[in-house]
Amino acid sequence: MNRNLLLGAALTSIFLLAALISFVWTPYDYAGLDIANKLRGPSLAHPMGTDHFGRDILSMIMVGARTSIAVALVAVGIGMGAGVPLGLWAAARRGSLVDEVIMRGNDLVFAFPAIVIAILITAVFGAGAINAIIAIGIFNIPVFARITRGAALSLWQREFILAARVAGKSAARISAEHILPNVANLLIVQGTIQFSLGILAEAGLSYVGLGAQPPLPSWGRMLADAQTMVSIAPHMALMPGFAIILTVLGLNLMGDGLRDLLDPRLRVART
Amino acid sequence: MLRYATKRFLSLLISLAVASLVIFVVIEVAPGDPASFMLGLNAQPETLAALRSELGLDQSRPERYLEWVSGMLQGDFGTSYTYRTPVTEMIGDRLWVSVPLALYALALSILVAFPAGIFAASRRGQAGDVGVMGATQLGVAVPNFWFAMILVLIFSINLRWFSAGGFVGWDKGLFAGLHALTLPAIALALPQAAILARVMRSALLDVLDEDFMRTARAKGLTARQALWRHGLRNALIPVLTIIGLQFSFLLAGSIIIEQVFYLPGLGRLVFQSISARDLIVVESVVMLLVFSVILVNFLVDLAYGAVDPRLRART
Repeated sequence: MNRNLLLGAALTSIFLLAALISFVWTPYDYAGLDIANKLRGPSLAHPMGTDHFGRDILSMIMVGARTSIAVALVAVGIGMGAGVPLGLWAAARRGSLVDEVIMRGNDLVFAFPAIVIAILITAVFGAGAINAIIAIGIFNIPVFARITRGAALSLWQREFILAARVAGKSAARISAEHILPNVANLLIVQGTIQFSLGILAEAGLSYVGLGAQPPLPSWGRMLADAQTMVSIAPHMALMPGFAIILTVLGLNLMGDGLRDLLDPRLRVART
Repeated sequence: MLRYATKRFLSLLISLAVASLVIFVVIEVAPGDPASFMLGLNAQPETLAALRSELGLDQSRPERYLEWVSGMLQGDFGTSYTYRTPVTEMIGDRLWVSVPLALYALALSILVAFPAGIFAASRRGQAGDVGVMGATQLGVAVPNFWFAMILVLIFSINLRWFSAGGFVGWDKGLFAGLHALTLPAIALALPQAAILARVMRSALLDVLDEDFMRTARAKGLTARQALWRHGLRNALIPVLTIIGLQFSFLLAGSIIIEQVFYLPGLGRLVFQSISARDLIVVESVVMLLVFSVILVNFLVDLAYGAVDPRLRART
């Protein structure tokens, strides 16, 4: 079996599992203050140590995983939900005004990095996890639109699509019944990559205060808290950092593994 | 080439017009009147009206949009609501930190990525290749602001080689300025270098399979000579594109990295302005960031057309 895929899936499931378990159980109350035990390093009682309020870092990371995964997942959903239909539409009407408008619109959205969208939204509506979702989601739309259109364009030249057209199917039906299933693999791989980028972006946004707000724990916020403590309690910065790195690494490895698995031609070309 | 360039330029203008309209409309939706925010709850109606007209808030929205755009075209971004100083001056000061930081990071990432990518490609499938690829996999996964904190922990707090934050200013000399920007630039460069090294490697691998490479070898060039004389030059085209596209990520990254090091750049300016509800500054900085991304993409398109004549013919 594919080693990247296995390792990636294993890493990803650890954090997925941690997020799910946190709904029913965490070692401590993630918001429970315990000033007497503040800034403790990793120990048996607190495997990842405690923060400047004595909160258990493992519990916060588990609940933080929920925030990261939810934000990134919904953002991928937004990107796919809007981007894929747009890409299919553009490909079905290739060369037309619709195609041109969609593609130029894509270029335009591309010029707004997620953090810039987040800055705009926050300036107007204030900070919050929802804004991070919207900002990252909008950023994802052109990514999916572009990749869908690119793959769909080459499919439209194939004989089986010609056959479907001869059979009298509409462009919309062909897109849904024949094009979409054939670009699905590509979308799954891209979805994994955008998921990992989403986790990174969420961490960055909540680090600068544009994402999840306290008391909701998020990995980025934990790092922001850790910054002033880094000289006396490095574990406060190390633990959430490792959580982000391992999750992103896991998703990226999974994406690479899936791509090799779903497209055997690449496996040959790459090695 | 002229027709191609004209067409690209027109699309640049349209993009800028639409982008500015989007930014203006979004900021317009913001609840609250900047004038009453500045004067507080107990302001006299006359004072409020005077300030509103001073800020141009009594004009209609289309008028204000046109005034904002035409102002920007003349390099006038308006007056800050909170500081009452020209926004152009505020941005100008900050650019002296943000732009050098982004360029420094870009230079560092190229300096690391090119040799790493070439090394990996020339040892395809061997231990060196696997090692470099593993390192880049890790480099892509590390959040740069976290890496920045670790750099501070090691090089500022423990080794005391660099200061943990702040900027001395360029008037203290080029070396002092660069010294202060070194850790931020390294942090910013890490993910870029990882991505760039991967692109460099795969672009080189693509080129290595080309017929002209076989011809070069058949002429008697060693693998290394063929790589340097023919391979690298052809692989540079996709690599340059990625460098252009990465620019927006570099800018976005610098906004966050400035927070770690308390650098007085555009990022800090925009966050201060958000908390002070100084929307005109937010609006202008965002427009400037988007403008730079669109401009870089335009330049990449032009460079493309210059390098690859087929692109010119197609339009």
